[in-house]
Amino acid sequence: MSNLKNVTGPLSANNPIIVQILGICSALAVTVKLEPAFVMGLSVMVVTAFANLVMSLLRNGIPSRIRIIVQLVVIAALVILVDQVLKAFVYDVSKQLSVYVGLIITNCIIMGRVEAYALGNKPWASFLDGIGNGLGYMAILVIIAFFRELFGSGSLFGIKVIPESFYEAGYSNVGIMLFPPMALIIVGVIIWVHRSFNKDLQEK
Amino acid sequence: MGLRKLVDKMKPTFSEGGKLGFLASTFDAFETFLFVPNTTTKRGAHIRDCNDIKRTMSVVILALLPAFFFGCYWAGAQVGLAGVNAFFYGLVRVLPMVAVSYIVGLTIEIIYAQIRREEVAEGYLVTGLLIPMIMPVSTPLWMVALGVAFAVVFGKEVFGGTGMNIFNPALVARAFVFFAFTPQMSGEKVWTSDWSMMGVTAEGIDAATGATALEQLSTTGAMEWSAMDAFLGFIPGSFGETSTLCILIGAAILLFTGIASWRTMLSVFAGGLALGYLFQVCGVGEWAEIPAYYHVLVGGFAFGAVFMATDPVTSAQTNTGKYIVGFMTGALAVLVRVVNPAYPEGMMLAILFMNALAPTIDYFVVEANISRRKKLIKK
Repeated sequence: MSNLKNVTGPLSANNPIIVQILGICSALAVTVKLEPAFVMGLSVMVVTAFANLVMSLLRNGIPSRIRIIVQLVVIAALVILVDQVLKAFVYDVSKQLSVYVGLIITNCIIMGRVEAYALGNKPWASFLDGIGNGLGYMAILVIIAFFRELFGSGSLFGIKVIPESFYEAGYSNVGIMLFPPMALIIVGVIIWVHRSFNKDLQEK
Repeated sequence: MGLRKLVDKMKPTFSEGGKLGFLASTFDAFETFLFVPNTTTKRGAHIRDCNDIKRTMSVVILALLPAFFFGCYWAGAQVGLAGVNAFFYGLVRVLPMVAVSYIVGLTIEIIYAQIRREEVAEGYLVTGLLIPMIMPVSTPLWMVALGVAFAVVFGKEVFGGTGMNIFNPALVARAFVFFAFTPQMSGEKVWTSDWSMMGVTAEGIDAATGATALEQLSTTGAMEWSAMDAFLGFIPGSFGETSTLCILIGAAILLFTGIASWRTMLSVFAGGLALGYLFQVCGVGEWAEIPAYYHVLVGGFAFGAVFMATDPVTSAQTNTGKYIVGFMTGALAVLVRVVNPAYPEGMMLAILFMNALAPTIDYFVVEANISRRKKLIKK
């Protein structure tokens, strides 16, 4: 039962992006469209989960002085695996994500979870913690990308959803949605809404 | 005074504990709009004297009117009307935009004031008129509404409301609309009114469209109007920004009443002219080598210098800071205009950028003063 909390906690009350404010850079970079945002979230979830699992298994065998370099080797290996899989099966999305797949290595969430959780907890709990944080990250990415793609390009997952008659009546796509600064403002709004519902998170 | 009695009669209903007590801020806003209140401002970044902020704002509105009326006349004259007809055409054309700006902006402000149980702040009275004046005359109304909503919420309320904002809200609206709807906010068609009424025909409108003086200068190094036309305002541009003469009349009103800082205003012009002259002397390319004073006459330079850069909230607070921020605003505007081909208009970005730097510059001015006086003690 307590393990289930590892998955549900990071979804809202302990969300990596909107509560811990980690992984903001990639949240701004890959959320122009829903599809890459979704794939990016999935990749981060896989890497976080397995990095946590591997590091938790190794945690009693690593001298703490060299633990960072071991973590880096594990995470880098996982990211290369994910990168190869993406290139093999969803080449177009991999193209769109460009360097950001490789930059998962530097995503603060992964290193943070390994340091804060996996090094002191059992493998299964660590694995679930990785899944939970990955899901929390993905959820925010998908929300941001939903608004950016809907208002910036008038589509969702690449399918036009705003009818042609809207454009004929004078509607126009909001170009600023395609710029990263607007993603930061959307993150701010999500935090705003989230905290107004979770009073215990509000700073005094 | 029948109105006074009526307001007094209604007051208990809207006060704390009354039937409609939750609307106290809204009622207060209308009451102080109608009558000079007996209380003075208690908090915020203002000098506390007997001059209520609402009166200050009224003077700024008065200073904006010459440019506003000229904008009305020119909107009509551009599409081929003359005299009073032209003025009324322009007035009718722009009134919906002003109305949308005020309705959307004030609604959001009142909602926020009610939630926070504060007085409705006066700041929007000026912002609401500034926003239509810095938009092209044919901007669709829903874009104006969106820009206003964005500016009031993200430019002002998230920082804590009037007096707390880092960026000039009117320019935030302009910047949002410009970057959100770039095709609709630049080019050749937007600078003239697109309404066929009062004898204006679609052909007449088509004949009147054209690039702004700034765009012509940036592409060819020359414009089809004389410097005198640009000074009087007979050039295409945003609704209220074209006439440097009318803006200078407004500047005179602001300076005479002591509301705007002459230091900021003067140094913005000095900065623009200085860098413009530098480019003129040693610039490369035709655009760089236009006479320096052209920069002041075309585009939003004069309007920004007089009404935007002098905003008491977002500008520097120290006198030395005002000189530095003003000079850099003017210089930066010319720099963006000449060097960056993507944005022929640099004034908006220059003022917003210097808004962000102003507190830092103030900090160093104060620190320098402290260390200077410490040295005096040691002697």
